[in-house]
Amino acid sequence: MLRKYWWKLLAYLLLLYTAVMGFLVKIPILDGRLQQTIRNLFFHVPMWFGMMILLTTSVVYAIKYLRNPLPKYDAYSTAYATTGVVYGVLGLITGAIWANYQWGEPWSGDPKQNGAAIALLIYLAYFVLRGSLQDDEKKARIGSVYNVFAFAMLFPTLWILPRLTESLHPGGEGSEGNPGLNGGDLAPEMRLVFWPAVLGWTLLGVWISTIRIRIALYHQEKSLHV
Amino acid sequence: MYKKTLFLIAAFLLFETIDAFAQQSVESSPENFMTSEGKIYVVVAVVVTIITGLFIYLYRLDRKISRLEKSK
Repeated sequence: MLRKYWWKLLAYLLLLYTAVMGFLVKIPILDGRLQQTIRNLFFHVPMWFGMMILLTTSVVYAIKYLRNPLPKYDAYSTAYATTGVVYGVLGLITGAIWANYQWGEPWSGDPKQNGAAIALLIYLAYFVLRGSLQDDEKKARIGSVYNVFAFAMLFPTLWILPRLTESLHPGGEGSEGNPGLNGGDLAPEMRLVFWPAVLGWTLLGVWISTIRIRIALYHQEKSLHV
Repeated sequence: MYKKTLFLIAAFLLFETIDAFAQQSVESSPENFMTSEGKIYVVVAVVVTIITGLFIYLYRLDRKISRLEKSK
């Protein structure tokens, strides 16, 4: 899987489709507030979906490592966590750009903005923790345990806490349904761009992660032979 | 590797030249594809180029690691 090419080509084709259709697909103009910026749905939102999928993959490998401490599982877990956090940072920055023109300021202390920032800080501590340990085995074991705790906070900060209070994001208190899972609100032709975009951006993140994994595995094997 | 890079640069320059010639006649023909729809296709071309470039870069990185893995 790491070295196969078909899904990397698929990622490329999906992102080409996203890049073309993301700009050209007809969007409903509702009331002149969002206007063309709703096209950010194909670029800003997939960063978060990609981040959640990458961080979920990361915690799966962290648990695998805790059950069976093979160094390769730790390599997988760290690589997916790194790419996931990069996606999250990009999501935060692109969100701030959008918010600046939509809500009047880049950071308005919106509960979802705050929640996402807290989630990312929790994950940044994962790298600080790993960096502060010298022994590779300790690094992997404590890192994996921390990864599970960080993951346990990820979905509450992104999905639960922001919905318990008023939010500028869709899905805050008083609005109907779940904005993330209830795609019924989305125009059908936009849905046809949104989901391929999510898959394409996620696969790109997986590809970048596999390159990190392969470098880590190469170093692990090399240090065994020395 | 350098031949390929040179080829890509040459192809790009050629493309740009043709494009420049094409642009001279733009004013006279408002039906030009790239300048229609508020020139949105220009943005599409830029984004497609960036994505293609990034994927070529990732592909080369991938190949480089494959060679490294084989050589050990």
